Amino acid sequence: MTIQEVKFYQVGSRAVGNRLLSEDLRTEQANENRTNALNSGHRACQGCGEALAARYVLDTAMDAADGQLAVVNATGCLEVFSTPYPESSWQVPWLHSLFANAASVASGLAAGLRTSGRGDVRVLAQGGDGGTVDIGLACLSGMFERNDDVFYVCYDNEAYMNTGVQRSGATPPAARTATTEAVGPEPGNRFGIGKDLPRIAMAHEIPYVATATVAELHDLEAKVRHAMSLRGARYLHVLVPCPLGWGSAPADTVRIARLAQRSGLFPLFEAEHGTVTSVVPIRGRVPVEEYLRLQRRYAHLFAAAGDADRQAATLRAVQAIADRNIARYAIPVEEL
Amino acid sequence: MNKPFAITLDVKSSLANHTGTWRSERPVYVDGLPPCTHACPAGEQVQAWLYAAEDGSYEQAWRRLVNDNPFPAVMGRVCYHPCETACNRADLDTAVGINSVERFLGDEAIRQGWRLPQPGAATGRRILVVGAGPCGLAAAYRLRRLGHAVTIREAGSTAGGMMRHGIPTFRLPRDVLDAEINRLLELGITLELGARVDNLAEEMRAGEFDAALLAMGAPLSKRAYIPAAQSARIIDALGLLADVAAGERPQLGRTVAVYGGGNTAMDVARTARRLGAEEALIVYRRTRAQMPANDIEVEEAEAEGVRMTWLSTIAGVVGDTLTIEKMRLDDDGKPQPTGEFEELHADSVVLALGQDVDRGVLATLPGIAITDGVVEVGAEMMTSVAGVFAAGDLAPSVRSVTVAIGQGNAAARGIDGWLRSIGSSAPKPTAPSSAVPVAFGQLNPWYFSDAPHVVRPRLDTARRTDDFAEVVGGLDADTALYEARRCMSCGNCFGCDNCFGVCPDNAIHKVAEGHGYAVDYDYCKGCGLCASECPCGAIVMEPEET
Repeated sequence: MTIQEVKFYQVGSRAVGNRLLSEDLRTEQANENRTNALNSGHRACQGCGEALAARYVLDTAMDAADGQLAVVNATGCLEVFSTPYPESSWQVPWLHSLFANAASVASGLAAGLRTSGRGDVRVLAQGGDGGTVDIGLACLSGMFERNDDVFYVCYDNEAYMNTGVQRSGATPPAARTATTEAVGPEPGNRFGIGKDLPRIAMAHEIPYVATATVAELHDLEAKVRHAMSLRGARYLHVLVPCPLGWGSAPADTVRIARLAQRSGLFPLFEAEHGTVTSVVPIRGRVPVEEYLRLQRRYAHLFAAAGDADRQAATLRAVQAIADRNIARYAIPVEEL
Repeated sequence: MNKPFAITLDVKSSLANHTGTWRSERPVYVDGLPPCTHACPAGEQVQAWLYAAEDGSYEQAWRRLVNDNPFPAVMGRVCYHPCETACNRADLDTAVGINSVERFLGDEAIRQGWRLPQPGAATGRRILVVGAGPCGLAAAYRLRRLGHAVTIREAGSTAGGMMRHGIPTFRLPRDVLDAEINRLLELGITLELGARVDNLAEEMRAGEFDAALLAMGAPLSKRAYIPAAQSARIIDALGLLADVAAGERPQLGRTVAVYGGGNTAMDVARTARRLGAEEALIVYRRTRAQMPANDIEVEEAEAEGVRMTWLSTIAGVVGDTLTIEKMRLDDDGKPQPTGEFEELHADSVVLALGQDVDRGVLATLPGIAITDGVVEVGAEMMTSVAGVFAAGDLAPSVRSVTVAIGQGNAAARGIDGWLRSIGSSAPKPTAPSSAVPVAFGQLNPWYFSDAPHVVRPRLDTARRTDDFAEVVGGLDADTALYEARRCMSCGNCFGCDNCFGVCPDNAIHKVAEGHGYAVDYDYCKGCGLCASECPCGAIVMEPEET
């Protein structure tokens, strides 16, 4: 995958589009005629990162597949807020079955299309972190192992938001959820548990694994396009801040996703057949505290009434995770 | 009712669900006041012309520029660019080189022969402008475009005023000045040279002028009493600069002392170096911090080897020996004599102590109010005599070419408004703008890549003290484009599509008119993502009425 370097200094190439850029260097989101896969009127909260990411991913995938795309959705926020009976926000062929089986349904859909001579129709499965890392993991692992021709996208908001913010296998340490309250000797979610699904996917040595956030649109679209150019099992893990569950301002959704990457807590990389092939440099590294402070789920780390020594120790432990990510993926750090 | 089992309703689109009702704040597109535009003494819409230059539309950029200032090529050389001092980009890397882009546009216009906008429909009004300096010419330009008949009477033999007589050629080549003045006069402005106005009231009557603008500037050098023997060589700065500008090369000697700390003192010291002085020494009675000269001029003078002596006054001159008295600052920051003296060698002494207004013509206007040596004016630049306006160096102002142009503009607006209000009972007050410029904190600088400002090629300092060639070179088309594109467009949409992209509700549409985008308030939930991800602060969130 190559991203063209644009010698353009007003906004670099980070903004969604720009009148001064040629059309092919703008994002699909800058395109007036984008699919708008997830249409207005959906019932996601204000500033929903998942609604944003789903449109980013599907509009690009639709463009890459020349409109020949079918989407399978796991149960979760995304499914609930988009399809309250009898309304639908989807402007793509869209199928929902159960919480656990999105990967299996997508596998079957791909097989059926192929055998009926419609191999030109591409299949994309999507779900939240609950449906992906916990409830649907067995089906997903099977899809990976069989190398079925499905592009699976996980929108990770780090807990079960739809049912009331319960902890999932993707909830980060120290985060408060309804089931990991900020009480006791180790407030919030415990350290040392949980699942790193991009690495689990890489361990299956599937053709393509990548991570993205809603803050880096050019990077996200390039990864979707690359995934759509390949066949076989592909996996994209997108970090999507959740104003409701994270206790953040709706206007800060993109900013928080940006800080997750800049702090090192959410590394952006691509891997093919189990080997990391590219990482996105951190432009202007920040301490994890800058990321955590904007979220009420971490308020106990900064509460004046709290145990200062323990708060400092927890912050150091979170910082150590960021440091380890940067070392693990050898992420270059650039001056801002 | 032919529906599958358990299905009772038809499929509907979520468009039926108007989520706009959730909103407590609404995003609104605004046109903020960019700090460069706010800071420009000549009233240029800086961000607006940079915007046009960003896609290489240089002629359009130049047209927006000359809407407010007919001298871009001059400005690009002599303006002290307060726009760059105000530029928000300085908080990110370095300020946008606005002045160098302006010069590029000005030079390009001369190369391409672009013409100024034609005058509007004739109004039948006649206006007399006294003085063809930057202020008088700028005022004449605006008045002519408003359709008035304009006559400029200039006592000297050339137009340009201090641009011609006070600014050395190494800062402003005369072919550039001539090109811009001639282009302006082509609009049908009558210029009468060698026409000194001695009795304004009489000339207004004789010429049937409806209004007059006094813009004669402050052409007289201030004097200071310095006890000096006959042999001492004491010259005044304006006379020296005018002689040199006219092509003379006066012999000043090996060591030249310049008395004063303003821009004229710097120009004189730099001129002295070019005339062959091995040493040019500025003598100023206060400290560097209090010196009125612009930092750019001081830096360039220092780079050319001009030396400075602070806290010093010239107590006397005998032959080629100066007696300097050391000063100290008192608690109020005022210089006080210390009684300590020292002697310096100087072959000549140039006095650059400021300039005064020539009161000759003013004496013929009974009732004109003069305070601190300058003519008092109201907000519309009208003096205490009805129909007589004053602007530029002879009115209260910071004396620079750019400020003079701004004052000329203001006076032209004042004259036009006054002519229109004659006979109508309602006076037309124009309240001074109280708008606050967009601050760096209102931008989202993440989207702007670092890119240091292109430094204009400068002639080697060693070379430049030898002759009067222009010191600061210009940008070429590539570098000018690069520099223009560094503009962050503070407070004004530049079409980056961020709002269109980051709305989770597809509630922003592209439209042909206005700002290019429109919010669909049926679906906008008021999350504020568009406003917080707008790079240039052109969207604000306003509370909904409850």
